[in-house]
Amino acid sequence: MSLALAVGLQALTGVAMLLIISLGLAVIFGMMRVINLAHGEFLMLGGYSAILAVRHGVNIWVAMLVVAPLIVGLLGALVERLVIRRLYGRMVDTMLATWGLSLALIGVVSMIFGNTVGGFSAPLGSVDVGGFYTSAYSLFLVPAASVMVGAVWLVLRRTKFGLLARGTMQNPEMASALGVATERVYAVTFAAGAALSGLAGGLIAPLSGVVPTMGTAYIAKAFITVITGGAAMLAGTLSASVLLGAVGVLATFLTTPVLGEVVLLAVAIILVRLLPHGITGRFFRRAL
Amino acid sequence: MLEINDLVAGYGRIRVLGGVSLTVPEGACVGILGHNGMGKSTLLKAILGLLPCEGGQIRFDGKAIERLAPHARVRAGLGYVPQGRMIFPSLSVRENLRFALVAKPGGDPARIETVLADFPELTRLLDRAGGALSGGEQQLLALARALVGAPRLLLLDEPTEGIQPSIVQAMVERIGALRRAHGLSVLLVEQNLDFIRGLADRVALIHRGRILREFPREQLDDPALVEEFIGTTA
Repeated sequence: MSLALAVGLQALTGVAMLLIISLGLAVIFGMMRVINLAHGEFLMLGGYSAILAVRHGVNIWVAMLVVAPLIVGLLGALVERLVIRRLYGRMVDTMLATWGLSLALIGVVSMIFGNTVGGFSAPLGSVDVGGFYTSAYSLFLVPAASVMVGAVWLVLRRTKFGLLARGTMQNPEMASALGVATERVYAVTFAAGAALSGLAGGLIAPLSGVVPTMGTAYIAKAFITVITGGAAMLAGTLSASVLLGAVGVLATFLTTPVLGEVVLLAVAIILVRLLPHGITGRFFRRAL
Repeated sequence: MLEINDLVAGYGRIRVLGGVSLTVPEGACVGILGHNGMGKSTLLKAILGLLPCEGGQIRFDGKAIERLAPHARVRAGLGYVPQGRMIFPSLSVRENLRFALVAKPGGDPARIETVLADFPELTRLLDRAGGALSGGEQQLLALARALVGAPRLLLLDEPTEGIQPSIVQAMVERIGALRRAHGLSVLLVEQNLDFIRGLADRVALIHRGRILREFPREQLDDPALVEEFIGTTA
């Protein structure tokens, strides 16, 4: 019973982790149809921002939850203004530009920090779950992911900006014909997606450590989650995270971590084959 | 209210408007008639700024607006009901209306109720997705949505397209009533002669990107003129 509880909590943590690393990408791709290949590097910059802030005496929670999203959100606004804004509607060009950006960011960060693992200790210590000790901080990721998803839902459903963003993404020409400054909506949406990626980087920094190339370890999983989820940005990312996260953790528990990853990818491939429009192409169609 | 002088616009290298000049006086309804591809919809898009103005001037209330972004022109008092209606399909009817309210700074929330009083059919559909409405319902929503923005000049692009012929007369009466109630000026692009005859004070014939002739609505009753310029009898 206690083992089942421990595995269940681990599965929850795995789901939360997938949600956290995918949400920023889901906002940028799901809302704007921009394939941001620098998403992994936004995560990495969030991690480094948190590390630098902690080294300069900032409280660890403030560093992870405020400094990391703020810095990466500002960078996202700059990237949107200088690069992405000129490439809307040109998907391949956007991919090339963001790929180049990701390589440049890896290079710059490697020059500044070196190619070594940085990080800081996870707060909260460990907890006893039926005789099994697990990191309390890992469990913290579950409410953190829930709050992130809830906050995005609230902004999109309950605020003026959310309404303008949803309409603008459906038909930008009509939105501007009704009085919306669409460039501003795009800029804020991209910056918000980047800030979510930065927050994710800050949150995972104590668990995984931070290296300049860490983005490559996360971007594939994030893309697989978002694509498997389908068109409904939040419902898709949430359902894909639950399915893939739980399957990955259970497969890891029953076999090995490497086989667990293989099973996760195999399930994603089968899902995309069976549901070409993703999970929300068949289920939860009207969800956000 | 709206003065257009020698307006040149098009799609990239394809020039569609080759020097349009037109005036819409305050409170008037001007109808633009012409064949497909002559530049009717392009003219409305250029006025609104959805297509760049490559030459000429557009003045609204005496101010040059041809270099303004579309949202700035809308905030100056233009409203637009596009061809095909362009309802936000996954937003509910209520959200489509609210979108128009929050799109312009300083909108009065009571404006939606005021507009809904003119469109009682929409009140029972408020929670339905825009994409789930019939063509006629979408047209009403597109009109209502434009009016929520409290425009002073409404640009209407083929409002009868895809609408049952039996309700065209009802739409004429509806838009006429709205004009009177809201003190609207209207620039109407339409191929339906009965619709233009029922609404417009003046009619302009457009051909290959130029206004060929302007005349009072009553001349639409002259079959020879209609045959000459439109190629069909009234």
